[in-house]
Amino acid sequence: MAQRIDTKDLNIYYSSFLAVEAVNMTIEPKSVTALIGPSGCGKSTFLRTLNRMHEVIPGARVEGHVEMDGVDLYGPNVDPVAVRKNVGMVFQRPNPFPTMSIRDNVLAGVKLNNKRISKSDADDLVESSLHGANLWNEVKDRLDRPGSGLSGGQQQRLCIARAIAIKPQVLLMDEPCSALDPISTIAIEDLIGELKNDYTIVIVTHNMQQAARVSDRTGFFNIAGTGKPGKLIEMDDTATIFSSPAEKATEDYVSGRFG
Amino acid sequence: MSVATESSSPGGSPDTARLLATVDPARRRTDRTMQVLIYIAFALAMIPLIWLIWTVVAQGADRISIDFLTQSMRNIFGGDPRGGIYHAIAGTVIITLLATVISVPIGILTAIYLVEYGKGWLARSVTFFVDVMTGIPSIVAGLFAFSLFALIFGPSVRIGIMGAVALSVLMIPVVVRSCEEMLKLVPNELREASYALGVPKWLTIVKVVLRTSVAGLTTGVLLAVARVVGETAPLLVTVGVTDSINFNPFEGRMMTLPVFAYRQYSQGNAPCPGGDSATCVADIASQNAWGAALVLIAMVLALNLIGRLITRWFAPKLG
Ligand SMILES: Nc1ncnc2c1ncn2[C@@H]1O[C@H](COP(=O)(O)OP(=O)(O)OP(=O)(O)O)[C@@H](O)[C@H]1O
Ligand SMILES: [Mg+2]
Repeated sequence: MAQRIDTKDLNIYYSSFLAVEAVNMTIEPKSVTALIGPSGCGKSTFLRTLNRMHEVIPGARVEGHVEMDGVDLYGPNVDPVAVRKNVGMVFQRPNPFPTMSIRDNVLAGVKLNNKRISKSDADDLVESSLHGANLWNEVKDRLDRPGSGLSGGQQQRLCIARAIAIKPQVLLMDEPCSALDPISTIAIEDLIGELKNDYTIVIVTHNMQQAARVSDRTGFFNIAGTGKPGKLIEMDDTATIFSSPAEKATEDYVSGRFG
Repeated sequence: MSVATESSSPGGSPDTARLLATVDPARRRTDRTMQVLIYIAFALAMIPLIWLIWTVVAQGADRISIDFLTQSMRNIFGGDPRGGIYHAIAGTVIITLLATVISVPIGILTAIYLVEYGKGWLARSVTFFVDVMTGIPSIVAGLFAFSLFALIFGPSVRIGIMGAVALSVLMIPVVVRSCEEMLKLVPNELREASYALGVPKWLTIVKVVLRTSVAGLTTGVLLAVARVVGETAPLLVTVGVTDSINFNPFEGRMMTLPVFAYRQYSQGNAPCPGGDSATCVADIASQNAWGAALVLIAMVLALNLIGRLITRWFAPKLG
């Protein structure tokens, strides 16, 4: 089910601006990979190339390869819509659909695609996805209420439920806890721990403790200066990155002696 | 009640009170002045509106009756107080509806193109021409529709669809402009959320962008309808006038409320030899004009109410 991703010499551009340069990275299946690095070094940009969301921005383009089990996501026969069905994404800010109920938000991947689904299948999918996102108990009595009426942390878990309801192979999370309180954060971290049994997870975070807690491998991005491209400095087992990284810059960053 | 009050004197510490009470008198004066100015501006803006509605109701209400709303002016001459505006109501409804049916798809699709797809010179020139169209005087739109149809059917043609085309020329830019603004208000995050679920772009537009902005789109369309429903000049040259009921916009002249009001008002008083009587009222034409004006205003008002209901119905729900 879960699949491995390799990027090869990936250069990422916004029009003529090279935002991220020459990323070679391997993301192991059924594991959590954390991406850390200072603001503006291109973590979000890199993450969005893994499900071809980058090219949604006018002028944005990519050079190089992103391979999922050896298949190039940027190959000529690949449909970006199909890529996104298999690589789900949770955004930094919770973005439930304001016109839909909680239930419809979870079913959005099905309903927006005009797919037919029986009532009982839909009920099962809603329940299992909300269970998966640790939200079921809080919303089971108000599934028909608007999703935007939930708290920020609940909205974020609703977005996770929505993302796992389409049963992706890979789940990308861009700072999913940055707007949340410690309790919701722990809930989402627990959830990530459970989700990795089924999914390959890539998470961007500014929180070192979080990276250390939830991830198996960690990649450190850095940027030489404004206007310069971001680069993957080092990638290793999380324990190694946080105890004895190979690069001086990584050590400075994870120990807070950065800049 | 609380423990903290024990130590402080009643009314609190004088030092703190002075700190918190300091008010810049100049600021307070400015605040007052601006407040008064704003209320005056509001009142000034309301005066013409209230006055207008009051005048129309005062002059037109007496003329309104079941007969006035359900009969045409066929075979009604001079000061005859019978007859009504049914033919004009029907004409206005049919022609405006046709204009809406033509303009709304074109307008909304253009707005979608501009917001979701358009870039480069094509989008820029579409925007430019829409801006130019916004400024077209209504009589020019009427003459345009007239010459278009005259090319095909000859110069004496007067049919409802011509009026609808003329109104569409006026309506499309308004629809494009307002719908464009509404579509721009849809947060990009919702589009991205939809793409990230593997939803293709066109479905994202139909089911997320249009669905989220439907309340605003409705308002935009209704504003455009309200903009053209009172047009007189273009209808005068394209649809002509008639005293009879005509439901067919593809054949024959039609009457519309604004044209009716204009025609009646310009007739002036009727000669009633024996003074006003049950069969002859001297200023009946002017009464007819006011009655038609009142009905027209009521229609626009009703449209706005419907718009508000639709808006409430479809608005994104909170809590
Ligand atoms: N839409 C865009 N158009 C042009 N440049 C962009 C765009 N989005 C990001 N960039 C640039 O790309 C670079 C990387 O940005 P990115 O958002 O990937 O950083 P990040 O590592 O995610 O930062 P943060 O931790 O603050 O989220 C920055 O220099 C940024 O200015
Ligand atoms: Mg970011």
